[in-house]
Amino acid sequence: MNNPILLIIQREFLTRIRKKTFLLITILAPLLFAALMIVPGILASMPEDNKSILVLDEPSLLMPENGTEQYALEYLNPGEFDLESAKSHLRNSEFDALLYIPSGEGWDPDFIKRNVLAYGKEDISIDMQRFLENQLEDKINKQKLLEQGVDPEVVAQTKTQVSLKSFTLGEEEGQEETSATPLKMGLGYIAGMLIYFFIFFYSVQVMRGVIEEKTSRIVEVIISSVRPYQLMLGKILGIGLVGVVQFLIWIVLSTGIYFVVSQFVFPEAFADQAAMGPNAPDLSEMENVGVFDMIRSINFPLVLGGFAFYFFAGYFLYSALFAALGSAIDQEADSQQFMLPVTAPMIIAIVTAMNVIQEPNGPLAFWMSMIPLTSPITMMIRLPFGIPIWQVFLSGAILVGSFFAVVGLAGKIYRVGILMYGKKVTWKELYKWLKY
Amino acid sequence: MITAKKVTKQYSQKLALDGVDLNIPKGSIYGLLGPNGAGKTSFIRIMNQITAPDSGEVLFGDQPLKPSDISRIGYLPEERGLYKKMKVGEQVLYLAKLKGLTAAEAKERSKEWFKRLDMVSFWDKKVEDLSKGMAQKVQFVTTVLHEPELLIFDEPFTGFDPINTNLIKDEIKRLNANGATVIFSTHRMESVEEICNHIGLINNGEVMIEGPLLDIRKQFKDGTYSFTTSQPTDFAGQEVVSTDELHTGHRTIIKSATYPKELVSKLADEGILVGFEEVLPRVGEIFIDIVKNGTQIAES
Repeated sequence: MNNPILLIIQREFLTRIRKKTFLLITILAPLLFAALMIVPGILASMPEDNKSILVLDEPSLLMPENGTEQYALEYLNPGEFDLESAKSHLRNSEFDALLYIPSGEGWDPDFIKRNVLAYGKEDISIDMQRFLENQLEDKINKQKLLEQGVDPEVVAQTKTQVSLKSFTLGEEEGQEETSATPLKMGLGYIAGMLIYFFIFFYSVQVMRGVIEEKTSRIVEVIISSVRPYQLMLGKILGIGLVGVVQFLIWIVLSTGIYFVVSQFVFPEAFADQAAMGPNAPDLSEMENVGVFDMIRSINFPLVLGGFAFYFFAGYFLYSALFAALGSAIDQEADSQQFMLPVTAPMIIAIVTAMNVIQEPNGPLAFWMSMIPLTSPITMMIRLPFGIPIWQVFLSGAILVGSFFAVVGLAGKIYRVGILMYGKKVTWKELYKWLKY
Repeated sequence: MITAKKVTKQYSQKLALDGVDLNIPKGSIYGLLGPNGAGKTSFIRIMNQITAPDSGEVLFGDQPLKPSDISRIGYLPEERGLYKKMKVGEQVLYLAKLKGLTAAEAKERSKEWFKRLDMVSFWDKKVEDLSKGMAQKVQFVTTVLHEPELLIFDEPFTGFDPINTNLIKDEIKRLNANGATVIFSTHRMESVEEICNHIGLINNGEVMIEGPLLDIRKQFKDGTYSFTTSQPTDFAGQEVVSTDELHTGHRTIIKSATYPKELVSKLADEGILVGFEEVLPRVGEIFIDIVKNGTQIAES
């Protein structure tokens, strides 16, 4: 006798990975991911679009600054031009923009601050605006300091930047770990998002598969050969397997593409980005703390093991719910009223992710990592921060326990639902099915 | 082959089966008849172990129905379909393997059947590319491929075109001759009268009557006789139900409390009697009779 669950898994798996859309998504998604990683590097390395700016500086505030390579400043003689003639001059010249600094009555920095104007041939970019504002602020600040009798040089010298080295104190002496909050945040958040994405994407496919069997009317033939729970389980496992394969391909392809592009295609761009990217953490500071110390402070076996566990347990829990949902309705369009209550916990878990990260051992984080519908995401976000091990086991046990309970209940709804046609299903109806 | 004892099934609003006793003899072609909603599909789903009865028992042979029996049953449900995106051959093999055939057996037998029914060219097509009639043939093959001892067809001829209907009737007769027991479930009673030799009538979840078709029809005979004569004849003194003209002669149907021996010999003597027969009631008429009169006749 063949094992029917294996046969069903096999069918679900093979029909899906042979689809053209599978191939397409599997190849396109890593390209997209890679593009997201690579494009900023390429953009940063592109030659800047240089602009030249006319300045009508009546109070001689900026003069004689020349600006930068990107934004060159050219001064008009205030004796020859007023605002109107400066504007028409801009129109007939090669220049890109005009900055007008009025002097007003006397030399009042507050008046200047309020009445500076800028005109551009095209829209003035945010970058240019910020550049001009910074220049003006800097000058006005210095001017004000001078008026108060303070030497700006002294102010510049007294500017201090503090970088705090933080440690986590272990229970035993000598067990001090470099804390690596940004790294943990990133790790937890990415892992949580991946789980969210995986659960959502593939659970909905389970629902679609169930609806497909129902609308194509094949389901009664199948369940005259296998038990409904076998069909449900086979479908969940088969689609889960598709997900795992797809994920592995994505990871391999994304890293491959990233590696190839960063090493061979645009090596300079990536060297630049790594050394002085505006958003990248300052490497020299990181070296002080010790990147390796930071990495060592995270319990990787626990995080990886937790990831695998919550990844699958969360998927099983939700896909069983979605299978029951799919069995209850005739068309996907009818799924809306049931989708929201089922997916709401996951969405809440994602929305509260930031709060959990800020306080990984707070009450919100604790309870959400115990509730089985939110725990796969919330617990995953918390795991890198190092949490009491009993909480991990308790949350895992609750999740597994509720998985079996949900599969039992979902199986009952499924058993009735797949043979029910042309009936608008309500929550009350679903409850009744549990007792059939 | 199948014996149901006091089978009861309750759905939330409705009592679908109410103490159903049925006996489906081995080797019979059994018509499970009744109007829509009578409980036929509920009973069939119990035989297929899609649902379980609330009380009562179903025997397969002389053993209670057990999970492994599903490979001995072939079932064509009323709501039928196939995976649209899957290739025909693959799909037939998949369904056969679910019924317990090995890959090699499934392949060999399906090739055989595809040749028999002239559908070899379907093998690599997707189901959505088949015409309705072609899909019906595929569906039929998946039902019989594992050579089940019991074949169950729920409303088999709705949605089948006339050519396939005949084809399938012939195939079913052949399978029956080779030893398979066949159950037809339908509300169109006239459609299976010609091929069934046993029937069971169900209404509102209860068995109204069951037994060999001929016995039942005899049991309900109401003294209706049909005479065909070569020329119009006066049936004075008889209760004439109807007269009409056939290409073989003039037919007169009468009712008579006793066997009309004298009338037959008189017409025969006159040399105008072409045909004479006792008219047995049709299943549909028996059914209406039972439901209208509330007559419930015990198993004969």
